[in-house]
Amino acid sequence: MLGLVAAQSPDTEKPVPILTGTAGYFNFVTAGQNQIDEQINPVLLLPLGDRWLVEGRMECEGAFQRPAGGGPYGGEVSKNLDYLQADYIANPYVTVTLGRFLTPFGIFNERLYPIWIRSLQQDPLILPLSAESSDGMMLRGGFPVAAGTKANLNYAVYVSAVSTDHNNLQSDRNVGGRIGVFLPGPRVEVGASWQKLLQDERSNAFGFHFAWQPARLPLNVHSEYARSNQGSGYWIDGAYRLSQVRFWQKAMRHTEFAGRAEQFFSGSIGADEAAALGLQPASTREGEFGLNYYLKDGLKAVASYGRQFSSAGNLNLWTVGIAYRFLIPLGRAQ
Amino acid sequence: MKMKMRIAVLVCALALGSLVDTPLTQLSLIQGSVVQAAGPSGKKDATSSPVVPSYDADAMRVQGEQRYRANCGRCHAAPRKFPPRMMATVLRHMRVRATITDEDMRLVLFYMTQ
Repeated sequence: MLGLVAAQSPDTEKPVPILTGTAGYFNFVTAGQNQIDEQINPVLLLPLGDRWLVEGRMECEGAFQRPAGGGPYGGEVSKNLDYLQADYIANPYVTVTLGRFLTPFGIFNERLYPIWIRSLQQDPLILPLSAESSDGMMLRGGFPVAAGTKANLNYAVYVSAVSTDHNNLQSDRNVGGRIGVFLPGPRVEVGASWQKLLQDERSNAFGFHFAWQPARLPLNVHSEYARSNQGSGYWIDGAYRLSQVRFWQKAMRHTEFAGRAEQFFSGSIGADEAAALGLQPASTREGEFGLNYYLKDGLKAVASYGRQFSSAGNLNLWTVGIAYRFLIPLGRAQ
Repeated sequence: MKMKMRIAVLVCALALGSLVDTPLTQLSLIQGSVVQAAGPSGKKDATSSPVVPSYDADAMRVQGEQRYRANCGRCHAAPRKFPPRMMATVLRHMRVRATITDEDMRLVLFYMTQ
């Protein structure tokens, strides 16, 4: 056993800085209008000492489409700082985060957002109901609450102290938190989120999330519900890896079938304000399904079709593209 | 009033943080009965769970794989193993991002670096 401990000694395990992130190329065809979407989202992970981690993610995305009268593709390249935070792992129960961080509301924004992780590339309709990034301080952690690790509790509480629209660093003043319980046996997680805006109309938002990964099936199910004065809605998606299919096994084990059903209900804000926030201008229902093919670890080809139903008009959503996750050590990795 | 609350939260967090002085990277799963993990100075390692069940190497691998599948598979397809120093960074990142427990992180790190 001493050998095991030695094998895990601080010297051999000393974490190395990493440049990671995602790159992607997609064609989004919405109601017949093609949009070429190219993005690269670098993530820097810089461990300091035994307890610190400085991490940040940029989102550089170019969205190009032909003008209404025809002509070459044109558009803007947006650059956003999604997060740049310093994490201090104080003890098994508390990590203190300072800086700009992803708002822990629900699970999509924090955990499922990267293009190599999400099973379908379209954002859920309710994603803009909570702030995507916040600037301030956060306490978070996870720990077992039942004997035999039958249940783990996780939490996050935060204060965002900066309100700004400056240079794609949007942030509101708000407070909030999320709590979740993960049951490792059945691999089920349930949780709830709350956020209060400390500016403008000082509104509240709340939500619930659910995740399930059955041990006997290569299936991943996620779901969220959210509600605020801007609207409410839910989404549920499932991704099933076809590794148990008995024919063409070499190809099938790399193939994933994904589907999502979602609904958005308009809130008490006007259509223009909703559009400015990235919300649908009217209550909307949407169904989408797609296929993901994992060419290798971190590289997948995606294709999906969705149909959106709304009083503003029904439309088709087609997506074809490729998503890649890279991971580069900035030092000796061994 | 709000400022006082923020200061109080900060003080509480720092007080909790001051309990610790031992490297996170030190494995605290020690063979024997249920133990309190100890750092090189003999002080209690506050970064590990207060009571850590012990495992032998094979059991640790099995436990590590189970925790890996349960925790990592919650969000994304299982990635391949990376060199140990990269895994240490990735696991530190995922501990924060996915609020993985301290014990799960250590077992997954053990499994992923074998």
